Amino acid sequence: MTEPYQMPDDRGHFGPYGGLFVAETLMGPLRELREAYEHYFSDEAFLAELDAELQHYVGRPSPLYHARRWSETLGGAKIYLKREDLNHTGAHKVNNTVGQALLAKRMGKTRIIAETGAGQHGVASATVAARLGMDCVVYMGAEDIQRQAMNVFRMKLLGATVVPVTSGSRTLKDALNEAMRDWVTNIDNTFYIIGTVAGPHPYPAMVRDFQAIIGREAREQILLHEGRLPDALIACVGGGSNAIGLFHPFIDDAGVKIYGVEAAGYGLDTGKHAAPLCAGKPGVLHGNRTYLMEDAHGQIIHTHSISAGLDYPGVGPEHAWLKDIGRAEYVAINDDEALQGFHDLTRIEGILPALESSHAIAWATKLAPGMDKDQIIIVNLSGRGDKDIHTVAEHEGIVL
Amino acid sequence: MSRIAACFEAGRSQGRKLLIPYVTAGDPQPDVTVSLMHAMVMAGADIIELGVPFSDPMAEGPVIQKAMERALVHQVTLDDVFNMVKTFRQTDSETPVVLMGYLNPIEVKGYSEFASQAAEAGVDGVLIVDMPPEEAEPLVVALEQKSLDMIFLVAPTTDEARIRLISTSGSGFIYYVSLKGVTGAGHLDTDGVKQHVEAINELTPLPVGVGFGIKDAATAARVAHVADAVVVGSALVRLVEANAGSSEAINQAVAGLLADMRQAIDAL
Repeated sequence: MTEPYQMPDDRGHFGPYGGLFVAETLMGPLRELREAYEHYFSDEAFLAELDAELQHYVGRPSPLYHARRWSETLGGAKIYLKREDLNHTGAHKVNNTVGQALLAKRMGKTRIIAETGAGQHGVASATVAARLGMDCVVYMGAEDIQRQAMNVFRMKLLGATVVPVTSGSRTLKDALNEAMRDWVTNIDNTFYIIGTVAGPHPYPAMVRDFQAIIGREAREQILLHEGRLPDALIACVGGGSNAIGLFHPFIDDAGVKIYGVEAAGYGLDTGKHAAPLCAGKPGVLHGNRTYLMEDAHGQIIHTHSISAGLDYPGVGPEHAWLKDIGRAEYVAINDDEALQGFHDLTRIEGILPALESSHAIAWATKLAPGMDKDQIIIVNLSGRGDKDIHTVAEHEGIVL
Repeated sequence: MSRIAACFEAGRSQGRKLLIPYVTAGDPQPDVTVSLMHAMVMAGADIIELGVPFSDPMAEGPVIQKAMERALVHQVTLDDVFNMVKTFRQTDSETPVVLMGYLNPIEVKGYSEFASQAAEAGVDGVLIVDMPPEEAEPLVVALEQKSLDMIFLVAPTTDEARIRLISTSGSGFIYYVSLKGVTGAGHLDTDGVKQHVEAINELTPLPVGVGFGIKDAATAARVAHVADAVVVGSALVRLVEANAGSSEAINQAVAGLLADMRQAIDAL
């Protein structure tokens, strides 16, 4: 790559992907949002406030931890974990919600809404709403509410209203539909905090820019620890916000391999998975063109993953582009492999990873042994696994 | 001139305001739709808007969401919808039919294939909720080649520059969304609608239909007073749902409300 990577274009396109596929009512509000985002991303006072929040409220920078025992067990590359699980609220999601909530405030909005799958983005939104004294409504699929009871209660403790979504497949995609319906109805006072790098322009670019702090820090930290860039990056991909956050600052570094790990669920060959980049086709959903899980007639199909946060039929349009141009490789890890990764990291390093992040862990266990001991992998540990212990216990037939 | 343009022109020359009912194709099951389309024409419909079921209808309220879910239980596809229009055309070659839906089923089929099949089936226009003019050019070109109209929405949040853009990108008519919200929502502020429609009329030669929130004959008449056409959807779909057991009962209930609206509009 000779030209520096510069995406999206001014209409929000990443090659054929991305764009602005929404009902007319949202076109005005999205333009207003785009203008605010462009303005404040070059506004020093805003950026200083954001930095201060990230440092003192979120707890950044997050450590880049050398997982020595795990690396030695695998017998190959040296593995570093980017510890997003140590952020306030326990996942990378808060990097984005802090940013968008500050933007909402600057735009004079008093109410924020969010969709959530695993509940991490809902918690992170409810948290910043409490912090800034704003009203907060979180849409969550009825199915996910059952799977993630603890996060639902956390959101309520934080003062948010959690609205169960019973339409469609009752999961994350339906929560997103419902949040869009709320937004179109309440655009005057409401800011919609999308939790991932999907949705209409400018969301994929804006969420990426808020999450890119992960990769910027990791780059500095690895240069400090090792004096060189890593050989590979690994992150799990549902919508893909933690992944793009880690990847983006390394895209122009041709020597750094990039792996995005999708959820293979029961296996790619069963059709019951959530891996649109590995096994889907391009289409249009939730405001952007990207790879989707869809049937032959263009209906969105039900997805499956043991991790609610990856259980989404689309993926951020920038990942679709990075796949097509061959800059990133997308692979898939099934439920059982992810669970093994969960146990491995817990037992060997004393770190409980989220089931989402466990997909990235599991890919590292496949990749590292084939690499030399002086090679370096950075795995994004996007969230902590406390929220998942009921799921893990249930899966293993243990009653808590 | 397209069948839609001709229909509006006839309306304007006769001082008749058009009535445009919406139903979801295949709701509650595929075999009721063609007969319902005929019943709506008999009751005074000028143009029929047929919803193409989609799994993720982002801009619909609960009434039309559920209608789409009912149709999808029967796996109603775009091809099935074309077949319904084809059957309808066997005995009605006059009434324009507009397909309303979401982009993804059309993406999967391919734009030019979609345009060919739609034209062959007897479709006159297409309204795609999640496709603003900024993204629409390739599809508009494909539709123009088959003389199909691309109808765009204008919302209360649409500024003048965009109304001009929509006016030059689209054809047939402009569909003014009368409120901020989803289909079937809330109450309608007729004075606000009047002001907006007048502003739109200043900026486009296209006729203007108004939809969202029109639930009864009195509202339909008030809206017809300020616009070229009235679009009514959720109020009819609710009747389809309530009478789901019988095709005849559906036809009777939907035709009943439409006839009331027709009468109220014509009494202006």
